[in-house]
Amino acid sequence: MKLLRNLDKSSRRNYFSYVLVTAAFLIVTFMNQGGMLNKKMQGLLVPVCCYIVMALSLNLTVGIMGELSLGHAGFMSLGAFTGVVVSQSLMGVIPNEPLRLLIAILCGAAVAAVGGFLIGLPVLRLRGDYLAIVTLAFGEIIMDIINCLIVGHDEKGVHIIFNFKGDKSIADLNLLEGGTAIIKGAQGAVGTKSISTFTGGFILILITLFIIINFVRSRTGRAVLAIRDNRIAAESVGVDVMKYKMIAFVISTTLAGAAGALYGLNFTGITAAKFNFNTSILVLVFVVLGGLGNLLGSIIAATVLYILPEALRQFADYRMLIYAVVLILVMLATNNPKVKNLFAKIIPVRRKGKGD
Amino acid sequence: MKEFEKGKMVPVPSHSIIPERDIGKTPVLECVHLGIEFGGLKAVDDFNFTIGKTEIAGLIGPNGAGKTTVFNLLTKVYNPTHGTIMLDGDDITQKTTVQVSKMGVARTFQNIRLFSDLSVEDNVRVGLHNQVKYTPFAGVLRLPSFWKKEKEFHERAMDLLSIFDMQDMAATKAGSLPYGAQRRLEIVRALATNPKLLLLDEPAAGMNPNETGELMENIVKIRDTFQIAVLLIEHDMKLVMGICEGICVLNFGRIIAKGTAEQIQSNPEVIKAYLGNSKEG
Ligand SMILES: Nc1ncnc2c1ncn2[C@@H]1O[C@H](COP(=O)(O)OP(=O)(O)OP(=O)(O)O)[C@@H](O)[C@H]1O
Ligand SMILES: [Mg+2]
Repeated sequence: MKLLRNLDKSSRRNYFSYVLVTAAFLIVTFMNQGGMLNKKMQGLLVPVCCYIVMALSLNLTVGIMGELSLGHAGFMSLGAFTGVVVSQSLMGVIPNEPLRLLIAILCGAAVAAVGGFLIGLPVLRLRGDYLAIVTLAFGEIIMDIINCLIVGHDEKGVHIIFNFKGDKSIADLNLLEGGTAIIKGAQGAVGTKSISTFTGGFILILITLFIIINFVRSRTGRAVLAIRDNRIAAESVGVDVMKYKMIAFVISTTLAGAAGALYGLNFTGITAAKFNFNTSILVLVFVVLGGLGNLLGSIIAATVLYILPEALRQFADYRMLIYAVVLILVMLATNNPKVKNLFAKIIPVRRKGKGD
Repeated sequence: MKEFEKGKMVPVPSHSIIPERDIGKTPVLECVHLGIEFGGLKAVDDFNFTIGKTEIAGLIGPNGAGKTTVFNLLTKVYNPTHGTIMLDGDDITQKTTVQVSKMGVARTFQNIRLFSDLSVEDNVRVGLHNQVKYTPFAGVLRLPSFWKKEKEFHERAMDLLSIFDMQDMAATKAGSLPYGAQRRLEIVRALATNPKLLLLDEPAAGMNPNETGELMENIVKIRDTFQIAVLLIEHDMKLVMGICEGICVLNFGRIIAKGTAEQIQSNPEVIKAYLGNSKEG
């Protein structure tokens, strides 16, 4: 207890996040085994985990690094479709589902990491509004590209073609006997063997928390916080702004890729349109309402705001009304200076001159 | 001004104000024909100035004379349009702000620029960024190097804070410190980068006479303990005349006088342009 009192407020909140997530996982698992969850609720378990990881990882970019990204769903999409392709094509080689899920998540995360790096190179040089616009465009472009993607798998391996002109179909892959289609253009992933589990989601949340909390409280994380607080001062003490923004951004997109892979492998089929601008905004809403830089807040906001619309379905017409009221209440509750700072960022203001 | 050819060193006219103990050593800073124009306005023009290894030098002049701009040139916030900057024998004219910091130039800002959301100690730790290192990987996984180096961060930060007796404030948020303490913290953070040359932009601004007196003693103490050079911009003439061994007076971006405190105080041009209408002068 003494130890707990010695910790500052933010680390207490961080440790509470681990405890809360674990407790929630255990309770929900027991409820599920006791037959207390209906089919609909069971179906929400993995997606909720995915959106929690999405919110946590976006919080690293928006809350901790202080840059507005509107294309986070694009990285989720990279992870989702990579994960699906990896899992479907490894089905024969690795029949063990948890192991295959792990490999699929790692591959999804790796592709999203590369994507984050490539997008980060031009984008992180930009400031404020420009970064938001370019990430937004990236999200839409990724969606369009995946809409053109046709992937199949047979004995000879994975076959990929791009249907940019709209004249190709799965038949053009010339799959051998026994081959299967994995992604069918705008129809998205089809016939996916769903292997994601709630336990997998729980572990991914814990790992995400572990990475972000430890990152922020390290030399690298301090550099990122310093850049957010005062870029010119950070440079003056020799902190390489581009490098540390890049590290934070790539960690953020990597985790989004992992969440995407878990998400994609939770359904038998999924389309690229699922990861559109609305999804990016939804995750951003979780982050802003949960509080910028507040990880526990992101977890709670993602859980409540993701489950709420589903749970309210019985109220039919009043659903969106209640949802809106809850949104406003949460917003009032979290109306702290940091949220205001974000709005100040979205609405451009004249910044002070250099280096005085 | 004569056209300056890059790479060709031009002898600096006057070394006379460098203190005797630094003569014969490479000067820590040597500016040659340094200048910058902002759309035709010569904010700094033909700035030739040399600072010895352990010298405390002052840069004074009326408002808008270009003093802060000189600091921004030395730290490469701005790229000079003319001239060369030599740091301890190395040409830093083409370096970036970050490289210049790593090579040993540290500064404070006229309008305080702390990491105001971070604690006092974390501000100093960020200053130590290039002095104590471990990989991001070790940080996330909490490898042994993380614990070892974080301990070193803590010890060195506390040591540095003790210069101004600020250890007690280590956990306070930097933004909530009183004004004077913020100015002192900026100096500590700059010192944490292990500089050869410390640039202080109006360090006594907003301080009361007591605080200013203490600051004067501390600047000398810092020079003595760290054996570094200090270049300071200040409007408080008591401070400047009290501790600066060499003084350079700027007016409209040009040097109008260089010399010791006595030489400057009796220079008619300086009195006319600056000291005459200065409160302290
Ligand atoms: N980025 C810039 N663009 C255009 N003009 C600039 C810029 N920075 C400085 N200046 C101009 O250069 C001149 C010198 O400014 P500087 O801030 O260096 O003055 P200073 O000597 O530090 O004055 P003070 O004592 O008021 O701090 C001023 O006329 C200023 O307007
Ligand atoms: Mg100034």
